[in-house]
Amino acid sequence: MNIAKPNSYRSGPDERGHFGIFGGRFVAETLMPLILDLEKAYTAAKADPAFQAEMNGYLKNYVGRPSPLYFAERLTEHLGGAKIYLKREELNHTGSHKVNNVLGQIMLARRMGKKRIIAETGAGQHGVATATLCARFGLECVVYMGAVDVERQQPNVIRMEMLGAKVNPVQSGTRTLKDAMNEALRDWVTNVHNTFYCIGTVAGPHPYPTLVRDFQSIIGNETKVQMQEVEGRLPDSLVACIGGGSNAMGLFHPFLDDSTVEIFGVEAAGHGLTQLHAASIAGGRPGVLHGNRTYLLMDADGQIQDAHSISAGLDYPGIGPEHSWLHEIGRVNYLSATDDEALAAFQLLSRLEGIIPALEPAHAIAKVMELAPKRPKDHLMVVNLSGRGDKDVPQVGDILRGKTK
Amino acid sequence: MTTRIDTRFAELKKAGRSAFVTYVMAGDPDLTTSLNIVKALPKAGADVIELGIPFTDPMADGPSIQAAGLRALKNGMTLKKTLELVRGFREDDNVTPLVLMGYYNPIYIYGVDKFLADAKTAGVDGLIIVDLPPEEDDELCIPALKAGLNFIRLATPTTDDKRLPAVLANTSGFVYYVSIAGITGAAAADANAVGEAVARIKRHTKLPICVGFGIRTPQAARAIAEKADGSVVGTALVDALKNSLDAEGRATAKTVNAVAELTASLAQGVKGARQAAE
Ligand SMILES: Cc1ncc(COP(=O)(O)O)c(C=O)c1O
Repeated sequence: MNIAKPNSYRSGPDERGHFGIFGGRFVAETLMPLILDLEKAYTAAKADPAFQAEMNGYLKNYVGRPSPLYFAERLTEHLGGAKIYLKREELNHTGSHKVNNVLGQIMLARRMGKKRIIAETGAGQHGVATATLCARFGLECVVYMGAVDVERQQPNVIRMEMLGAKVNPVQSGTRTLKDAMNEALRDWVTNVHNTFYCIGTVAGPHPYPTLVRDFQSIIGNETKVQMQEVEGRLPDSLVACIGGGSNAMGLFHPFLDDSTVEIFGVEAAGHGLTQLHAASIAGGRPGVLHGNRTYLLMDADGQIQDAHSISAGLDYPGIGPEHSWLHEIGRVNYLSATDDEALAAFQLLSRLEGIIPALEPAHAIAKVMELAPKRPKDHLMVVNLSGRGDKDVPQVGDILRGKTK
Repeated sequence: MTTRIDTRFAELKKAGRSAFVTYVMAGDPDLTTSLNIVKALPKAGADVIELGIPFTDPMADGPSIQAAGLRALKNGMTLKKTLELVRGFREDDNVTPLVLMGYYNPIYIYGVDKFLADAKTAGVDGLIIVDLPPEEDDELCIPALKAGLNFIRLATPTTDDKRLPAVLANTSGFVYYVSIAGITGAAAADANAVGEAVARIKRHTKLPICVGFGIRTPQAARAIAEKADGSVVGTALVDALKNSLDAEGRATAKTVNAVAELTASLAQGVKGARQAAE
């Protein structure tokens, strides 16, 4: 791709929310005034030291940050190459990185005086994080979740309900994350006067991709400091899974201008890239959905295609717009891992390190299994362990028992 | 540039009545039936036709119109075939304004310039694209105006006086006032509130103002017709169509008439309205 390299990879988006040709604000007029308000509120909050101080307090004492950067000694030995560090986002309260972003958005909603929070969720981790913070701050919480995902992520449905959220199973379309997002947008259009839409990933209309990225950047910022402490230098490579791309963007963004750092995003290849999958960069092209222009899976008529992944959190036919841009300018390499590769990685990490990962970051581990052996022993590789596998234990248990029979 | 839309609203103004605008989904439930429905609409009293472009993910539509789009897609409807449908309609109607309504992605994928040229040739007069607010005017609105098509914008209860000028700036043909914050097929707006909103928008523009979302009955259409330059009915027609289908979702002998009859009774409601106050 012949696109001029920018002076900095970290300066986007422009004032209209564009990263190159990607991003933007493709929403119904009803929502436009609110999106402009949100942008204003976010700009003001960012400049307010009190906002940051309050966030930092909750990040430390409620979420449990900083999350450790852990040297995975047995995984490293087993793979026989790069020195592998896990960024332990799965140790956060609620069990994934999603809480970093939700905390930020709930603080914003409070500043904007909104009392009703809606969210879409795939794996249920974003829904759980949203339900948790709504409980903490006494806000009404409504979560949209595809009916297929309600089935395969039961433990999280139960958690959300225990936290006082209303979970609405979505029966339209493919009944997964994409349809949950459509339904959340429909709710928002209808209840725009009192409702804050807490989006779970670096997608949606501007300013969402930016503000979610900023709230998640704590992952990369901590990693930088921690790696400096233990190894006295920058890591050589970063690896993270990609649904919409928020855990990946959070890890990557602080390193984008460090040119020695190789960066890998891992999409879900489902049954394989020639069959049903959820790898929008590998198998899609630029289009417009859910408020932004980005790589999407679609047919020749521009109709959105069904995604498939074993992991509900990656089962989405799009990707955040900033990732599309980073792909086109060549700063980040986008790879993909199949369902079977993710399952194998899930088991390997459980057995070698005593850490049961969520199926989503198991996709990142799957690519580490390929990348690490090809790199020297002094190569420092960081993987974002974005969530823990508790929610997946019933589903994976069924699959493994079915397979061994 | 004068489009069929401009001509039609000028005629209606002279005749002293409000427009009746009908919405149906292109290709619902199949291309042939859909063409016959669209052909029947003007005879049944539709002054302006809105034709939905099917899309998998219509984020501003309720269950009825979502289902209509999926029925059409299941039977192989595409944007290309939607334009064929318009060409078929134009074979024997060269006066009724026809507006395509939908979402941006199918047009973006078709190619904006090619789409505008093909739409103009097919006999399309205007576009309503739900997910293109004025902030994205460079995408399609400006090129459409240059190509001689009207770009009809939605104004909503959340569009305040400060924002209205931006919304109206590149709008042409008419303004579509969405009477409620919500999706298609939701509850109706109160006619008095609509009257106030129309008056407010009129302070900013000379364009005709049509009101839609939530109008289902001749009485409701009449009440709106007394307050605005036009009323739009969509979900009620789509529901009438759906109720005429067989168990497999296929058209029956009753389908075209079911839509035409409801159109005729709604049109009677509009025509019985007192002339809207200027
Ligand atoms: C643990 C975990 N990791 C990753 C993801 C994917 O989202 P994102 O790509 O925005 O990080 C999810 C989504 O549900 C998740 O639960």
